[in-house]
Amino acid sequence: MNTSLLQYILHLADNSFIYGHRLSEWCGHGPELEVDMALSNIALDNIGAARSLYQYAAQLEGNGKTEDSYPYLRDGRAFRNVLLVELPKGNFAETIARSFFFDAYQSLLYKALMDSSDKQLAAIAEKSLKEVTYHLRFSSEWVIRLGDGTEESKQKMQDAISKYWDYTGELFSASETEIDMIKNGMAPDIESLKPSWEKIVSDTLEEATLSYPLRADGAWFQRGGKKGVHTEHLGFILTEVQYLQKSYPGCEW
Amino acid sequence: MKSKEDILSILENVCDPEVPVLTIQDLGIVRDVHVISDKEVEVVITPTYSGCPAMNTISMNIKFELLAHGFEQVLVTEILSPAWTTDWMRESGKQKLKEYGIAPPQYDTMNNPRESDFVVPCPLCSSTNTKLVSQFGSTACKALYKCNDCLEPFDYFKCH
Ligand SMILES: [Zn+2]
Repeated sequence: MNTSLLQYILHLADNSFIYGHRLSEWCGHGPELEVDMALSNIALDNIGAARSLYQYAAQLEGNGKTEDSYPYLRDGRAFRNVLLVELPKGNFAETIARSFFFDAYQSLLYKALMDSSDKQLAAIAEKSLKEVTYHLRFSSEWVIRLGDGTEESKQKMQDAISKYWDYTGELFSASETEIDMIKNGMAPDIESLKPSWEKIVSDTLEEATLSYPLRADGAWFQRGGKKGVHTEHLGFILTEVQYLQKSYPGCEW
Repeated sequence: MKSKEDILSILENVCDPEVPVLTIQDLGIVRDVHVISDKEVEVVITPTYSGCPAMNTISMNIKFELLAHGFEQVLVTEILSPAWTTDWMRESGKQKLKEYGIAPPQYDTMNNPRESDFVVPCPLCSSTNTKLVSQFGSTACKALYKCNDCLEPFDYFKCH
């Protein structure tokens, strides 16, 4: 079995799963009905993509693994999601900032991943790209609406952009698994996608009359998730997600 | 032994649980059928959206329908590529959607006009004076619109 491929699939799956879970926390709590439905839909798309990826991982690994083995039966240290997606949902502007950064990243990643020499990854990317296009439209429109809105909404949006900025570097810093996958043609060179991402971000922030967070070249960024070193927040998510399987192992209904 | 065509016609009885006027054939999600023996058949379907909760129910209903027609082993497999598109919907299905009160997809995804040029006629009064309320509707496949003439809100089945 190709270990890098399996680790890479789990990295993508964990990203979508944890991000989807964070978005689902808005279900029934959105600031207005349309936003509530949008965030719940985006959560579902991500959890759906995570399922396709976990199923693929289970098929590769065999050994009695199923799609449920990974989200429910692994400890935090085994999760390979980036830190950005596990941070608490925060206020609405903060959720939008995180979504905008992450949707823009996912849209570029999936577009490039469609060329993967691994047919199943390419198929999942093709399917997900169509959905992420809607997600990015939603989050970038809200960045613009809040940024170019009232004095208060502008301040909140600007603060949210600054707050999550330190977590965006990890998206484009390749882990050992990613370097391996890039070498064997199964994954796109993640670092080469960064300029396109910066362009999407700067164009949107400009339209939103917000300022682009300036950092010196080589500035320090938060990272660790890709290696399994997480913030304390992931533990709280897993406590909730895994409660049933930990209390009643093997429970089904 | 039953032919592929026999199976396809049996599958005309399986409806989308979320939009029950549409069969899975109207939606264009049945990609292939392999009749293995008198007792065994495989149906290959493609999901509409990754997170669509209707897919599990659809798989189950396909199984029930074929079991009821004498099969003993029914395998439903999913393929993701090529990704499902509303271009695969039947014209008659689009007509049924409209009669049901949901505006059908208006364009081929290949020649989708710019979003600002989108015109989605009201399924109730046919007015083209309508407004997008939300890209995300009651299910992943729909957007929410409002008619400025008859003032009714309505669902639009998005081009995808
Ligand atoms: Zn009308």
